Amino acid sequence: MTTLLIEAKNLSRYYDDYCAVDDVSFSLAKGQVLGFLGPNGAGKTTTMQMLCGNLAPSAGEVRINGFDLLDQPKQAKQCLGYLPDIPPLYKELTVDEFLHYCGRLHKLSFREINQSVKLAKARCGLSDVAQRLIINLSKGYQQRVGIAQAILHNPEIIILDEPTVGLDPIQIKEIRSLIKELGNDHGIILSTHILSEVQASCSHVQIINKGKLIFKETIDGLNQRMNTGSIKFITRTAINLDCFSDISGINNIEKSSETSYLIHHDNNNSPIESVAEIVVNSGCGLLELSAVKKSMEDIFIGLTGKEEAK
Amino acid sequence: MIFSIASRELRTLFLSPLAWSILAVLQFILAYLFLTQIETFSSIQSQLANIDNAPGLTEIIVLPLFGNASIILLLVTPLLTMRLICEERRNKTLSLLLSAPLSGAEIILGKFLGILGMLGLIVLLVSLMPLSLLMGGDLDLGKFACNILALSLLVSAFASIGLYMSCIASHPTIAAICSFGLLLLLWVLDWTAGLKGQGSELFHYLSILKHFQNIQSGLLSSVDISYFLLFISTFLILSIRSLESDRLQK
Repeated sequence: MTTLLIEAKNLSRYYDDYCAVDDVSFSLAKGQVLGFLGPNGAGKTTTMQMLCGNLAPSAGEVRINGFDLLDQPKQAKQCLGYLPDIPPLYKELTVDEFLHYCGRLHKLSFREINQSVKLAKARCGLSDVAQRLIINLSKGYQQRVGIAQAILHNPEIIILDEPTVGLDPIQIKEIRSLIKELGNDHGIILSTHILSEVQASCSHVQIINKGKLIFKETIDGLNQRMNTGSIKFITRTAINLDCFSDISGINNIEKSSETSYLIHHDNNNSPIESVAEIVVNSGCGLLELSAVKKSMEDIFIGLTGKEEAK
Repeated sequence: MIFSIASRELRTLFLSPLAWSILAVLQFILAYLFLTQIETFSSIQSQLANIDNAPGLTEIIVLPLFGNASIILLLVTPLLTMRLICEERRNKTLSLLLSAPLSGAEIILGKFLGILGMLGLIVLLVSLMPLSLLMGGDLDLGKFACNILALSLLVSAFASIGLYMSCIASHPTIAAICSFGLLLLLWVLDWTAGLKGQGSELFHYLSILKHFQNIQSGLLSSVDISYFLLFISTFLILSIRSLESDRLQK
């Protein structure tokens, strides 16, 4: 059995009466990139702070790499790299000085520090600004220093709270590929409210809303859900809908206007080919045919909206 | 670990003009006071020669110098300590320390040692001035060492209060004001003792000034030493507690 890198059981956190995180349980194994998704104020940051030992949970327990975060905090934290929502930078230091300091905090030896600082700088594209004061760097570069700090000591688990905030599109791309690369031999949790980011870099998705975990899937599962099939097609002249009755898997057909139709079908076998064939053969003139994907936004809004409706 | 934090703390102090200006201003004022003491000594030197068991160079110059230094440091130490934890919390850099494999005690001790490094430098600069007198005169070196010890213990106590205030205050200025107020209170606590002999034993014991003066006069007693050690450890433990309770309630 492989040890789980993170095991969170029944985590809850109250701020006075306000419940920020309510009975959240999940786990993370090596090689997984877990996307933590939720609207503002959903409890993403609170959950991450609890995972990193910055905040004590009101109830529940966290095991990091087999170590209980409360009983063996030092061993547990040694396996953690954490980038909070605001990168914790000593702005009066240079990038090099800061990273060396972080290395010492994580009990690396002098030689290890030199190596890992070099590697982290290369990975985050910081080699050119190594001698500059952090305060003089742009927000994007500061964010990168924050990421470098989190991966510096080569921790098994990397927790990134909104890692791509403030980066330009090229940098976002670089960071995403870095996350993917790191994801091969680490466990990564990243939080975001940008849905496409999860699709781009994660292997697992969790959606949290109002402190409750409402959705937990692999990215494949999510993609499949997003395919809840509909086929949209437009013809030149109206078509007789009876001719589709032979095709298996079609649930119902909707006529959205005079010449455009929506076919809802089962998830697994899309009848799109046979539909195309029939429409073409009917001689009504096929103008447009496309599979309608439910976007991630739809799922997200569907899930979070449902909660609100209750 | 502790030393990494301490050395960074010290570095940061000297990267800002704060440490330099404090050192410069302090040295200027104390050098002026030192000179006036020498002036006094040379003017009464002839009279002293006629008195048996007359106070020497050490009593007339070193004691007042260290006494003055202690009062000035009472004002200065809160300025140095106010940012220790408070600013880290405000800049959100505290989470770097909290998510690193460090215990609360290591963080607090690191911070404390860092500020002690700075204060040690100040004490060193103050002690260098009387040492220069050795070129032309004699010092009671035992008493001189007691003065250095007294001042070191005193500033450590100041620093421990400042550190604790920095742990609990939300803004550096508040931390500075609170620690200054508390220090001043402890300083003047014994003044009431002079009024119609109504002094309370407790106040007498708590007064930081009395213990400082005892050691300063060359009377090295375990009561005074342990007062300072207890004082320092109390506030360090309180700081550690407060840092750890941060995790519980934020």
